[in-house]
Amino acid sequence: MSEYEVIIGLEIHVQAKTKSKVFCSCKNEYGAPPNSNVCPICLAHPGVLPVVNQEAINQIVKAGLMTDSKIALYSKFDRKSYFYPDQPKNYQITQFDLPFVEAGKIPIGGKGLSGEMIEPREIGMERIHLEEDVGKSTHHGTHSTVDYNRAGVPLLETVSMPEMHSADEAYAYVQSLQQIMRYGGISDCDQEKGQFRCDVNISIHKPGTPFGTKVEIKNLNSTRHIWLSINYEIERQTEMVEEGIEIHQETRRWNDARQETVHMRFKETADDYRYFPEPDLPPVVLSSDQIEQWRSEMPMTPKAYREQFINEFKVTEYDAHVLTLDKANADFFAEAAKGVKKPKTVANVMMNTLNSLLSEAGKELFETELKPQDLIDLVKLQEGNVISKSAIAKILPVLLEENKSAEQVAKDLDLVQQNDTGALEGWVDEVIAANPKAVGEFKEGQKNAVNFLMGQVMKASRGKANPPMVIQMINKKLS
Amino acid sequence: MSLIDLKLHEAADKLAAGEVTSRQLCEALLARVDAVEEKVGALVSINNERVLAAADASDARRASGSSLGRYDGLPITIKDNIVEEGEESKCASSIIDGLVNVYDSTVVRKLKEAGCVVFGRANMDEFAMGSTTETSQIKKTCNPHDLDCVPGGSSGGSAAGVASKEFLGALGSDTGGSIRQPASFCGIVGLKPTYGLVSRFGLVAFASSLDQIGPMSKDVRDSALILDIINGEDEKDSTALPGKITDFEASLEGFDIKGMKLGVPAEYFEVEGMEADVKASVQAAIAKLEAMGAEIVPVSLPHTKYAIATYYVIATAEACTNLARFEGVRYGNRYTETDDILEMYNETRSRGFGKEVQRRIMLGTYVLSSYEDHKYYHRAQKVRTLIRQDFEKAYEQCDLIVAPVAPETAFKSGESSEDPMKMYLADILTTSVNLAGTCGISVPCGQDSKGMPIGLQVMGPALGEKKLLQLAYAYEQNAAVELKEVEL
Repeated sequence: MSEYEVIIGLEIHVQAKTKSKVFCSCKNEYGAPPNSNVCPICLAHPGVLPVVNQEAINQIVKAGLMTDSKIALYSKFDRKSYFYPDQPKNYQITQFDLPFVEAGKIPIGGKGLSGEMIEPREIGMERIHLEEDVGKSTHHGTHSTVDYNRAGVPLLETVSMPEMHSADEAYAYVQSLQQIMRYGGISDCDQEKGQFRCDVNISIHKPGTPFGTKVEIKNLNSTRHIWLSINYEIERQTEMVEEGIEIHQETRRWNDARQETVHMRFKETADDYRYFPEPDLPPVVLSSDQIEQWRSEMPMTPKAYREQFINEFKVTEYDAHVLTLDKANADFFAEAAKGVKKPKTVANVMMNTLNSLLSEAGKELFETELKPQDLIDLVKLQEGNVISKSAIAKILPVLLEENKSAEQVAKDLDLVQQNDTGALEGWVDEVIAANPKAVGEFKEGQKNAVNFLMGQVMKASRGKANPPMVIQMINKKLS
Repeated sequence: MSLIDLKLHEAADKLAAGEVTSRQLCEALLARVDAVEEKVGALVSINNERVLAAADASDARRASGSSLGRYDGLPITIKDNIVEEGEESKCASSIIDGLVNVYDSTVVRKLKEAGCVVFGRANMDEFAMGSTTETSQIKKTCNPHDLDCVPGGSSGGSAAGVASKEFLGALGSDTGGSIRQPASFCGIVGLKPTYGLVSRFGLVAFASSLDQIGPMSKDVRDSALILDIINGEDEKDSTALPGKITDFEASLEGFDIKGMKLGVPAEYFEVEGMEADVKASVQAAIAKLEAMGAEIVPVSLPHTKYAIATYYVIATAEACTNLARFEGVRYGNRYTETDDILEMYNETRSRGFGKEVQRRIMLGTYVLSSYEDHKYYHRAQKVRTLIRQDFEKAYEQCDLIVAPVAPETAFKSGESSEDPMKMYLADILTTSVNLAGTCGISVPCGQDSKGMPIGLQVMGPALGEKKLLQLAYAYEQNAAVELKEVEL
């Protein structure tokens, strides 16, 4: 497969979080009874007119700023015509040639779904435009029904540059875009609620030759499906090219049951959507001052978080990536990291112990009793040798469940280290007396022997002995 | 003098003086409708009970000292493409049948807030597409001055009903001349306001960038009165202009025409099919204005000859999308003899829309299909800019422009409907004002040898309504044009 270069572009529809729909005042709300959030405007009754929801403009500008894009000072809406029952006007108000947002960048990194590391870089984003969502059709065999609650929900259509070369990179792009949208409060990107829907364009070619014919995979609403379908397409297209079969421009979809993409329709000619400027909406003119104002109010991006974590808290790029996947986690880490000497310890605790405890419990961090201060206290106890490193894993589960201080839990669980030389001496003497063989080995210069002896001391102390002090004492006594 | 002869402003004075009640006015008009509607065909529908209930409510307000003001109790008719809650707005088509509106258009809301009685719905060309009201699928409207003749269109019902005294005043809509031309044909006053002065919310769209609601009335003062009520900003219409003007009627008096510069565009008198009577009558009106003290200056609107082509590209492009919502899915008539969605669409629309509407939908679809080639729509937009600039240059030399409304007077029914090109070309003198987004009014200035009315068109710059109405009013008062009495 390696002799072909894969070219992937993604078009992703993101539902913007707003109080009301984009062109009327109906609620933008998921899960309401069918056709309860509708009005003459979003049902396209005769005579109605659209009015742009300022909040939707705020959201798209924020998305533009957070993706390092150019915000258009002059943009306009257009009508895109096609007939389908879920589209009440039979045209969609969208943006054709003058979108709000152009020329952005989406950083990628971390691990792909394959488990391989992804080389961190930026993928170009061509544009984001604002448009309205359509209703939801349900087919019942003999008839169909349409729920127009979704019709008119603001959609941000983001179009990437064709700059990704693997399913892992596409996965990382999707992850990064979702992250930005969530950090900005622009969208929850809940795929089950249809808030994040992806179309993939993919072609293969030999390096140095023109791009191959692209195939579109439509309506992918799960990150895993995006990844699987790309890998399937790469394999399918490679086989076709190898066998000398011409690839036609077509639209396919992912069939999860069969784990393959299946043909929907060929696209021999470009669709004629008869775009033209929406006469009911004047062009939107933004001032540079306004944009600067927005910029100053812009929430911190995941990228800015990562940079802060790497520079200020000295964590690795990969750690920073993992810690910022979720904004609540990132905020938690940032607060906890400030309170300790070695933020890396906080990072390790969060990425390992805490992470596995949370996934076992099936909980999000914010759903637990753990506060950043608890983590600070916990790490400080360890930094001050009050508890051992291994005690952290024993104390943390309690802190998740109960509103207690780390110190209290350490005491409750009898995990406070014994730093008293008198007590330590007793255990060390006891162990030296009981293990002449190991003592002999130690004296012969076998380094492992000290570890064995220390283990015995820890056992005798039921984990409370301070390991560095124990080692020091053994060395002193036996030399 | 019968109540049906009253002008709106006279009726308002009588209501205020307690000389007449809204119920008496409405009953007199309903009786007139009973008597002549069969001949004229101005109304698509009128709900007598609703009319009288609104009149009674108004009278009760007045009696209890809580009148909503000068306009409370005035009956005003609306064109069938204006939405009123609880009524159908069929747009003289059969395709929307059965949809009872669940909201009020902004103009109807304003009428109601002023206390006006919505006095029935006036006939029109289907979806305002036509210049004769003959494309109405609902009924035929005749010109009260000669029942064999068309009333003009598309607001033919509004014009005919005012002329036949079935109602005192009406709202029309003007996309390419649809208020001014029928006003001219029926010998009444019709004003197409500046684009955005009156909210379009609740006006069933034909061509969104050209449509504008405006008054149609017996005299200039009534048009000013209606415009006072219906104009103003609207948060539901992003193309509506900010502000609200309340003194169009109040500023009519005391205006001095002396020194006002009136532009006369030669192009408007040389169009194909210009009838000698029309030309002579309009020229006489101009001479009268000059005699009254106006200064006449020749102006040029050189791109007039492209107005029709430009208009039909833009209007049909917008229309084909505006009318796409009528397909039987959510409301209206649906063809049900098929399980195939495409066939359902095709049959519903082929059966529901009349020939002229279908022709314009196809034209619009065609001009937009080449959008990316910039063949039609982009070029039309560029020419539209040139036409707008023609007016801007002209208004540097004059205050207002005077010209005919249409090259001919009302003609016999059936004469133009078989020849769409002829019908389209007849809009040559009115479409430019819509393309420029400016204002224009038609005022009666005479009649031809057959006794059919002729209109003088006065055009003004954007938001030039005040001057426009003042001049039209001065002309009306001084010229005292006497049209042949309508006999039905």
